[in-house]
Amino acid sequence: MRTPIYFDYSATTPVDAKVAEAMMHCLTHEGNFGNAASRSHVFGWKAEEAIETAREQVASLLNADPREIVWTSGATESNNLAIKGVAQFNHKRGKHIITSKIEHKAVLDTCRQLEREGFEVTYLEPTSEGIFTPDAVAAAIREDTTLVSLMHVNNEIGVITDITAIGEICRARNVVFHVDAAQSAGKIAIDMEAMKVDLMSLSAHKMYGPKGMGALYVRRKPRVRLEAQMHGGGHERGMRSGTLPTHQIVGMGEAARLAKEQLDADTLSALHLRDHFLAGIADIEQVHINGSLTQRVPHNLNVSFAFVEGESLIMSLRDLAISSGSACTSASLEPSYVLRALGLSDELAHSSLRFSFGRYTTEADIDFALEKVHLAVNKLRELSPLWDMYKDGIDINSIEWAAH
Amino acid sequence: MAYSEKVIDHYENPRNVGKLDDASLNVGTGMVGAPACGDVMRLQIQVNDAGIIEDAKFKTYGCGSAIASSSLLTEWVKGKTLEQASLIKNIDIAEELALPPVKIHCSVLAEDAIRAAIKDIRTKRGEITE
Repeated sequence: MRTPIYFDYSATTPVDAKVAEAMMHCLTHEGNFGNAASRSHVFGWKAEEAIETAREQVASLLNADPREIVWTSGATESNNLAIKGVAQFNHKRGKHIITSKIEHKAVLDTCRQLEREGFEVTYLEPTSEGIFTPDAVAAAIREDTTLVSLMHVNNEIGVITDITAIGEICRARNVVFHVDAAQSAGKIAIDMEAMKVDLMSLSAHKMYGPKGMGALYVRRKPRVRLEAQMHGGGHERGMRSGTLPTHQIVGMGEAARLAKEQLDADTLSALHLRDHFLAGIADIEQVHINGSLTQRVPHNLNVSFAFVEGESLIMSLRDLAISSGSACTSASLEPSYVLRALGLSDELAHSSLRFSFGRYTTEADIDFALEKVHLAVNKLRELSPLWDMYKDGIDINSIEWAAH
Repeated sequence: MAYSEKVIDHYENPRNVGKLDDASLNVGTGMVGAPACGDVMRLQIQVNDAGIIEDAKFKTYGCGSAIASSSLLTEWVKGKTLEQASLIKNIDIAEELALPPVKIHCSVLAEDAIRAAIKDIRTKRGEITE
């Protein structure tokens, strides 16, 4: 078995071989290298044709119209364009935006910037399961609210937001609804005919496509208007200037096509692996699954092992490529803000691990991971004074710890 | 994050893991850190009548550097007098383990632990009063 084994599909996915193959045809002198904006020769026409095919493929994944797809450099840019674009376009109507405390930094930091520019932002609190109720959204909408921005699937805990119900509320209140779907597109069914979502951010590299590529879905009926953030040649109907990277776009298109084709098979496989993993850790005491297990994508498991610390756990599990909610894995010393927002204690947030499965994960991979997890948790609990105290019946919350 | 070989060695093969009888007059216990901050160290020293540390045990909840810092500390304090042990500085631990700047707090915690353990046994023996 080749180690480390990759369990970080929510961070990024490898490019599917078919995607890489399609991309390679759009680079060299022999290939489709033209500039899609060149109208005067066949090189431009061919590039444009490939790009429009990809646009149809991405639109098809969302059951949308191809004219609603705007190419960007990734979900971060899509989020910036959607949020700043709508906020700025509608600033005379109102300067209030609603988002949540567990959004990706690409949304949170964009909102912070708008706050510096005089906008007001409400950050919704999730339930302890990581869920936003439609009622909570409805209650936060004000006269001057112009935009609600929520993620479809949370990157850390994999919990799904009910964007269908929230979309109904936003539409009824005449508020633009933006959804960051970086973690959901290609993983769960999305239907823009049925969902009243106005803007949706997509990322290619989360669905076996290339990094540096994304899209923003911009609804045509009713028409959503936004202010461009990138000015130039007026590409993408003026919403996003810049020469279109044919190979990247073709890669995203092919990735979307494959994702749609394999959606059911990928889902069943991930569900099977997830359940196998859960059954395998059932014998470990004091394990907490973070976030709702029912309202969740099948390929994500966020688990805290009480009384062991996350970074040392990762160190013991170096044959597994996983991510941790522990402070020590990031530059800051704060544990995951997502887990904190769920009301998790700092200790549990520190000892959390995110396993995310994908197209290339096998049952043998899971068995290997289970063996390593058992060894590591046992070893670190033997080393842990907190585990000793737990076993002696001492409640560690009853102790006055000196903060340092 | 890249760890030094010494950190990995102590992490893989921690020295002197365990617990001493806290009720004994010869045992001093230092428990420092906080779960919320991601590290808790419990260092215990067993001191003979001549004031020499005969044995030391630790348990640590924390990152690899915190575990390595406390493991190394137990090796260093054994055979030392309380005076000698109290002179151990965090910077010595950090240097020995080649800790990066972001992990210096682990060595600070280890220094706090030995000081707390020494204070505990001195208090127990009536050498100092609270």
